[in-house]
Amino acid sequence: MIRTPLRPLARILEARARGENPDAIERENLRLRHEGLRDSDRSRAESRLFVLGLCFFAAFATIGVRMGVLASTPPVEPRTSSAGVEIATQRAEIVDRQGRLLATNLETSALYAQPQTMVDPARAAQELARIFPDMKVEDLLEDFTGKRKFLWVRKVLSPEQIQAVHDIGEPGLLFGNREMRLYPNGALASHILGGASFGREGVNAAEVIGTAGVEKMFDDRLRDPAKAAEPLQLSIDLTIQSAMEQVLASGMGLMNAKSAAGILMDVHTGEVIALASLPDFDPNDRPPPPTKGSPSDSPIFNRAVQGVYELGSTFKIFTVAQAMELGLVNPETIINTASPMQWGKHKIRDFKNYGPTLSVEKVIVKSSNVGTARIAQQIGAERQQEFLRSLGMMEATPLEIVEAKGGKPLLPKKWPEITTMTVSYGHGISTSPLHLAAGYAMIANGGTKVTPTLLRQGMPQYGERIISEQTAAAARQMLRHVVTEGTASFGEVSGYEVAGKTGTADKPKETGGGYHKDKVIATFASMFPVSDPKYVLIVTLDEPVNTMGTEARRTAGWTAVPVAAELIRRVAPLLGLKPQIEPSRLADIKLTSN
Amino acid sequence: MRTILYVLLAATVVGLGFWAYHENYKTQNAMAEAEAIQREIGDARARLAVLRAEWAYLNRPDRLRDLAEINFDALGLLPFQPEQFGRVDEIPYPQLQTIQPLADGVEGEATEGDRL
Repeated sequence: MIRTPLRPLARILEARARGENPDAIERENLRLRHEGLRDSDRSRAESRLFVLGLCFFAAFATIGVRMGVLASTPPVEPRTSSAGVEIATQRAEIVDRQGRLLATNLETSALYAQPQTMVDPARAAQELARIFPDMKVEDLLEDFTGKRKFLWVRKVLSPEQIQAVHDIGEPGLLFGNREMRLYPNGALASHILGGASFGREGVNAAEVIGTAGVEKMFDDRLRDPAKAAEPLQLSIDLTIQSAMEQVLASGMGLMNAKSAAGILMDVHTGEVIALASLPDFDPNDRPPPPTKGSPSDSPIFNRAVQGVYELGSTFKIFTVAQAMELGLVNPETIINTASPMQWGKHKIRDFKNYGPTLSVEKVIVKSSNVGTARIAQQIGAERQQEFLRSLGMMEATPLEIVEAKGGKPLLPKKWPEITTMTVSYGHGISTSPLHLAAGYAMIANGGTKVTPTLLRQGMPQYGERIISEQTAAAARQMLRHVVTEGTASFGEVSGYEVAGKTGTADKPKETGGGYHKDKVIATFASMFPVSDPKYVLIVTLDEPVNTMGTEARRTAGWTAVPVAAELIRRVAPLLGLKPQIEPSRLADIKLTSN
Repeated sequence: MRTILYVLLAATVVGLGFWAYHENYKTQNAMAEAEAIQREIGDARARLAVLRAEWAYLNRPDRLRDLAEINFDALGLLPFQPEQFGRVDEIPYPQLQTIQPLADGVEGEATEGDRL
């Protein structure tokens, strides 16, 4: 670089000759040099800023473009994933306590039409009507030639139907993917499972939503993608459920009953092993709710959980157990049972006169309304209500199906002494058979509260204690005597020590006011084996008539009890209960020595 | 010297480019393969679901009961009854005589017994 000298000799000498100050030249040159330096610095800084700016622009432009691309392109699944491959089905399966399939999903297709792309609508309509006999050619043709651009023809197709529709060769008929809910066991456990249907529908997918039963109760759980691979396990046992439905159905036919309900429950865990309500339906093709008539006549009505009935004498054991717990009576206490008993303008009668007095145990064994009413008088309305509330008889059962909320007990509005007396023998209060099962389970397990559940439990419930161990044992003894010497003599199943109580309640008239003379609800509430109760079984028959004898018999002892006994005979071996028989004498063993 | 360095650098860049290109294709192949396998797994699972449903459908209690009834002559199957539970003392002890021959000369005795 050539530096310009600050004091060029020629100019200095010239200036001196003119008598000027030579320092001015130096300052002038210095100024020029500084200006030059400043200019070069500035241009360098400018170029650096420019490059830096370019870098920033490139960076932001990259981010901007990437964002634009991400926003404007359809999402793509990551092509590789190290995690386990899950082909997530929409809805988790439902299995029974042994892991057998109760509900699963099946891939299928829905058929839709785009009439504007159709080549020959008339032929398509004709062919479709041939494949689906329930469709009419005229309706289809009207749809295909109308203004509509899109219409659903069929929601689910079988593989054969898909092939048949393909074979029509019509480009305007198209398929959308569907996943449908399948209940492989048909009508089995239909009231528990409920059913499912399509929710929001798109062309290529549709939501499957639960419409009743556990499907609706656990809808969120079943649809949770995180838990899709993990089936929902119920406490139901498929084999036992099937046996129960079969025996109940034949019992219902034999006893000419309108409907029947049965509940089998584990007394320690509260697990419902089988729950049947007849008539039933196929959840694969759930019938619509009835639009006229009583809803309780529809097959989708769950009689075991939703149906509330006056369950009659089966309630007597609760009255007696409470009185024993309060120390008011013991099994030998003598009760005045002169029938009829006059109370104000009401009369309480027994089925027949059992004489002037009976012991408390005999009151249960003979099923005396008068005796129970007298015991209830000693207990009083408040304590009775409190006891029933602690048993859960005052509110709907918390069973895990949506219908359970509908099974709200019908309670008397006021609770005067006469109500206390009628409630003591199961009249004036309507509960579901499931309430009764929970109450009997309490007595069976030694006095602690049991909440019925449909989910598989790992351990017993340790509920609140309602009656003492001794009271429960005494109550069980009485129930055992009902079977061995009382009203439920047909309930004896050798080897299984059945204990239980019958209940025959007249049906109240639908129009209100009074009871039907020849329509009853017959109930048998039982537990077995009584020496160490494991299961509670409730059988309820609606309007049964036993016509096998010379006269028509309607009492539970002749109707519900034989059905329950047959059920226990069938179900107990399947539950792995060995009949308890007197052991035969073991072979003689001699002490020998050699 | 400097020329050699340049040539070497250029060769390295070309080599790296080739390697990156090669790896890119290998990765794409591997991804395509993984995708195919995943699709296969998905198909297999779908098939498994169908088979499970079919198994459950064919094993439904109603059908088994009907089949047991139809084939009663051949199978003689009846519902499980309480009487079918056995007791340990109902099983007879093995007889002493049948054990005796085994103690000496097992082979000869056994074959002769078999022929009888």
